[in-house]
Amino acid sequence: MGAQSLSKIFATLVVSFFSLTLFAGTEAPENPIQHHDHKDDHHGDPHAHAATPSSNLHAKDAHANHGGAVDTKEEVDAYIQHHLADSHDVVLWSDGEKGTHVGFPLPVILWDGGLKVGMSSQFHHGESVATIGGNHYKLFHGKVYKTDAKGTLSYDEHHHPTNEKPFDLSITKNVFAMLVTGLLLLLGFGSLAKGYKNGPIPKGIGRFLEPLVLYVRDEIAKPNIGERKYRKYMGFLLTIFFFIWLLNLLGLTPFGFNVTGNITFTACLALITFLIVQFSGNKDYWKHIFWMPGVPVPMKIILAPIELIGLVTKPFSLMVRLFANITAGHSVVMGIIAVIYLMKDSLGLVGGISVSMILGIFINLIELLVAFLQAYIFTMLASLFIGMAVEEHDHH
Amino acid sequence: MEKLINDFSFGLFFWVAIIFTVLIFILRKFAWKPILSSLDEREEGIQGALDAAENAKKELENLQADNERILNEARAERDGLLKEAREMKANILAKAEEEATVQTDKMISKAKEVIAAEKKAAVADLKNQVAGLSVEIAEKVVKNELSDKDKQLALVETLLKDATLN
Repeated sequence: MGAQSLSKIFATLVVSFFSLTLFAGTEAPENPIQHHDHKDDHHGDPHAHAATPSSNLHAKDAHANHGGAVDTKEEVDAYIQHHLADSHDVVLWSDGEKGTHVGFPLPVILWDGGLKVGMSSQFHHGESVATIGGNHYKLFHGKVYKTDAKGTLSYDEHHHPTNEKPFDLSITKNVFAMLVTGLLLLLGFGSLAKGYKNGPIPKGIGRFLEPLVLYVRDEIAKPNIGERKYRKYMGFLLTIFFFIWLLNLLGLTPFGFNVTGNITFTACLALITFLIVQFSGNKDYWKHIFWMPGVPVPMKIILAPIELIGLVTKPFSLMVRLFANITAGHSVVMGIIAVIYLMKDSLGLVGGISVSMILGIFINLIELLVAFLQAYIFTMLASLFIGMAVEEHDHH
Repeated sequence: MEKLINDFSFGLFFWVAIIFTVLIFILRKFAWKPILSSLDEREEGIQGALDAAENAKKELENLQADNERILNEARAERDGLLKEAREMKANILAKAEEEATVQTDKMISKAKEVIAAEKKAAVADLKNQVAGLSVEIAEKVVKNELSDKDKQLALVETLLKDATLN
C-alpha cells in the first residue's frame, strides 16, 4: 500500500514537473509585466468611487486609493482583495493618475422583474450610474445595486448597502474565463479526438494531451473506482480535471483571472461532485452510512450521525481545499510583487525589484505545480468518493 | 467567514453550474468518447498485435520442431536406405562370388575330368604304341639275329642255357 501510494505521488510529481517545465518558459518572463499591470490596474478600482464618508475599513481603503499610487500596506491589501474578487469587466491595466483603463467590457445581465441586458462599460468601473432597461444601477464592491437616477446608496451599520440587489447573471470576468477555458478545452481535445481518425498516434497538441488523459484514466479513475465501473465517470472526471487545471493556469497569466480561487466556483463543483457521488451510491454505501454492518447496535447508532457528517464534510473539504490553495497562491504572488513598493525605502528600487522578481518567479513556479496538484487532488478525491459509493462489499 | 458569504454570488454559481454541465456533455460527445474509444481500440490493437506475434513465435517454434522432426526422419530414412543398399551390395557381391566359385569349381572339375580322360587315352595310346614298337623292335631284333647262323646258334645256346637252369 505504502509503495503504491509512493509511486502514485512520484508519478504526480513527474507529470507536474513536466507541465512546469513546459509552461515555465512562457510564464516566468511575464512576471515583470504582471507587476506593472497590477500596480497601475489598481487605480481603476471601483472602490475608489465610494464617496460617502464612513468609518468602514473598505471605504477608507477606497478613499486612500483614490487617484494615488498603491504604495501603502492597506492599499496593497485592498488591491489584492480586489484582484481576488470577481468583477464585471476585464481590466488589463489602468493609469490611475489619468484615470484611464485598458481592457474590455463584458455583458451585464440582470433579472429585475424582467431580463435587463447592458454592457459593463456603462458603469464606468463603478464611477457612474448605469441605466439598463429603464432602471438605474450602480456598481459597489463588485456588486450591482439598484439605485435612483443619482446613484444614491444607503448603508447599514456594517457599511453594506441596503439598496435592493437584482439577480445578477452577468457574464463576469470569471464567467468569461470559464467560457474561454471551455472553448480551449473543446479546441484542444476536439483536435485530439479528430486526430485519431488519421492514425493511432496523435500529432501536435494531442501529443501533450493524450498522456494526461491516460494519466487521469490509469492513475486516477481506474485505481479508485475500479476497472468495471470507471468508464461511466470518465466524462465528469476528465472534464473536472482539465477544467480546474486550465483555469488554474489561466490564473497565473497576467490577465488576472482568479476563478478556481473563488468560493462560488469551488462550491458549485463540490456540489456537483456531491450529487454525482450520492446518485452513484449503491445499497451497501447507504447501509454503511445509516446502519454500519459488523458493529454492535449502540455503535451503529453512534456511527450513523458521524457518517452523515462525513457525507457533508467530504464535498466541503473539496470546496475549501481548492479555494484556499489558489487564493493563497494568488495572495502570496501579489504580496511578493508588492515588496517593490512596500520596501522601496529599505531595499532601494533595484533591490526591491530583484527580491520581488526572484521570489515571484520562484512562487510562480510553485504555483504551476500547485495548479496541477490541486486539479489532480480534486479529481482524485472525487473519484475516491465515487469509488466508495459504488464499491461492492463482497465480504458481507 | 462573513466575507466569504458576501463573496458568494448566485449568478456566478448559476453560470458555473451551466457551463460545467454543458461542458461535460459537449466534451463527452466530441472529445472524451472518441478519445477513450480510440485509446481502447489502440490498446486492443497493440495487445492483439502482441498476441499475434506471440502466436506467430509459437507457431514458428512448432514449425521448427516439425522441420527438425522431418529432417531427423529423413536422415533416419536415408541412413536406413544406405544401410540396406550396403547390405544389398554385400549380398550381391557374396552371391556373385559364390556363384563364380561354384562355376569355377565346376569348370575345374570338368577340366580335370577331361584331362584325366585325355591322360587315360594318351596312356592307352602310348601303351599301344609302345607295344607295337616293342613288337617291331623285337621283330627287327629277331630278324637281325636269325639272319646269321652263328648268332642263331648262340642264341639257341643261351636260351637253352637259361632253360636248363630253370
